[in-house]
Amino acid sequence: MPDRVQITEAAAEVVRQLKASHGSLMFHLSGGCCDGSAPMCFAEGDFMVGSRDLQIGTIEGCPFYIAADTFTYYKNSAITIDVTKGRGASFSLEIPLGVRFLMRSEILEAGLE
Amino acid sequence: MKYPKPTFKARYENFIGGQWTAPVDGQYFDNPSPIDGANFCEIPRSNEKDIDLAVKAAWTAAASWTKTSASERSRILNKIADRIEENLPMLAAVETWENGKAIRETLNADLPLAVDHFRYFASVIRSESGDISDINADTVSMEVHEPLGVVGQIIPWNFPILMATWKVAPALAAGNCIVLKPAEQTPTSILVLMELIEDLLPAGVLNIVNGFGPEAGKPLATHPDIKKVAFTGETTTGRLIMQYASENIIPVTLELGGKSPNVFHKSVMAEDDAFLNKAIEGFVLFALNQGEVCTCPSRALIHEDIYEAFIAKCIERVKAIKLGDPLDDSTMMGAQASNDQFEKILSYIDIGKKEGAELLTGGDAFENPSYPDGHYMQPTVFKGTNDMRIFQEEIFGPVVSVTTFKDDDDALEIANDTLYGLGAGVWTRDVHQMQKFSRGIQAGRVWCNCYHDYPAHASFGGYKKSGIGRENHKMMLNHYRHTKNVLVSYSQDALGFF
Repeated sequence: MPDRVQITEAAAEVVRQLKASHGSLMFHLSGGCCDGSAPMCFAEGDFMVGSRDLQIGTIEGCPFYIAADTFTYYKNSAITIDVTKGRGASFSLEIPLGVRFLMRSEILEAGLE
Repeated sequence: MKYPKPTFKARYENFIGGQWTAPVDGQYFDNPSPIDGANFCEIPRSNEKDIDLAVKAAWTAAASWTKTSASERSRILNKIADRIEENLPMLAAVETWENGKAIRETLNADLPLAVDHFRYFASVIRSESGDISDINADTVSMEVHEPLGVVGQIIPWNFPILMATWKVAPALAAGNCIVLKPAEQTPTSILVLMELIEDLLPAGVLNIVNGFGPEAGKPLATHPDIKKVAFTGETTTGRLIMQYASENIIPVTLELGGKSPNVFHKSVMAEDDAFLNKAIEGFVLFALNQGEVCTCPSRALIHEDIYEAFIAKCIERVKAIKLGDPLDDSTMMGAQASNDQFEKILSYIDIGKKEGAELLTGGDAFENPSYPDGHYMQPTVFKGTNDMRIFQEEIFGPVVSVTTFKDDDDALEIANDTLYGLGAGVWTRDVHQMQKFSRGIQAGRVWCNCYHDYPAHASFGGYKKSGIGRENHKMMLNHYRHTKNVLVSYSQDALGFF
């Protein structure tokens, strides 16, 4: 699968900061309410990657996963992980820093496959 | 009428074992209001040490609380309801300031529903009973209920007090003690409520530990002495909660949101009457609570024959939504709950535009002259097709995606073409069509000729990826207790095997 995830320099800096205190990291794109439709960042191995999760990219050395059923709607999307200030909830590791990872999207006419 | 900004303490604490308790490591975080973007109090930044203290305090209290009579628990729940009711305008202003929602909603929905919810569970535990079966002439089987003990509850930020109430009232009614973690965006509303009711509950029955998900939520969800976890939020954390629960082999209830279809049939436009007016409001309810509702009717499906006429009336009503100061009771839509939420909504509006959806109204932030640093959105209506991301992903903002359908089968197919199944709306003057859709849509709640009504007496929960278990209704009691079977033989005769 082609890599379809990029990261902004500001978000990459947060990832490097988190790696220094948590070690290897991974991302999983969440759906649903509240803090959903946004990427979640965990220590690698803390979140159990499922057999139906797909790795759609690597950012700052961290694998980025999405559930296969969600991916159905991402076939024409290329996404960039950014960061914004904000007091998000969830178990994502950047929350205590007062920032939140955010997904920005480009829609491609031809798709990536 | 404009309500004054409520006064807050400079700093709040955890509530553990009946005492306001500073976090063990002495750390706090700032709590900003989305109304003006400014910090208004400090909240404990707790960790596993505070969770441990709270779980211990809860188990100490459980020794007696799990044995209290139903009448005693009922009496206390009714007193909690009375206390909320006596302080309703103050709590409404606190919740509005912390969450950003318009005070007309906290005054008329969030808090009256919380009051009623406590009263509902106070009443049902007085009227329900277990089952007894005569297995045969000498054998009686009794199904009796026992509380789980100590449960963990993780509360979302969209209805801070009401969502806490949905979890706290049935858990207490069923005889459990609780360790509750409010959302990090909206902890103060629950703490102010706890200050009001602390004298009503025995020490340790309800414990509140504040903090961030990875630091306080995770130790609560993985704690070996927690017997059930209830969570409302998004799917990845939902999966984590299930994964953590599997370590301890405990049950979970999860409410994880949706992308709820709101279906408007041709007959809606058959008359220009009160019902048509109600249906138009039913469309505009996507803007209730700034769209930060798990059941937000964020997909509107309109019969193609009435589309032009009906959407024109709906857009007119959307444009009449009054934005402004959330503390003014004439304001209809307030601030989004946090900056990151606001940015996410804008990012999805960007996606909708790039996907080629037609923007019918809104589509940008709202510059609030009263609060230039707050996080306000314009109510936004897109027209597009159900395969677009704005039709499939929960935006959790005041954004509705509209499409048309040809006939009933087409409408049902679109309505069910989603990963989620929490809520749905059906609007029709034809009872046969109503039955077809209420049973045909795969969702835990189908509102028929109404929307966004949340009586305590009606179950609520998800099909598909919207979650597991139910909230509300007395069936909720069984999500907070064991069923024990007591099997009694009155026969004096041995089985004869040995």
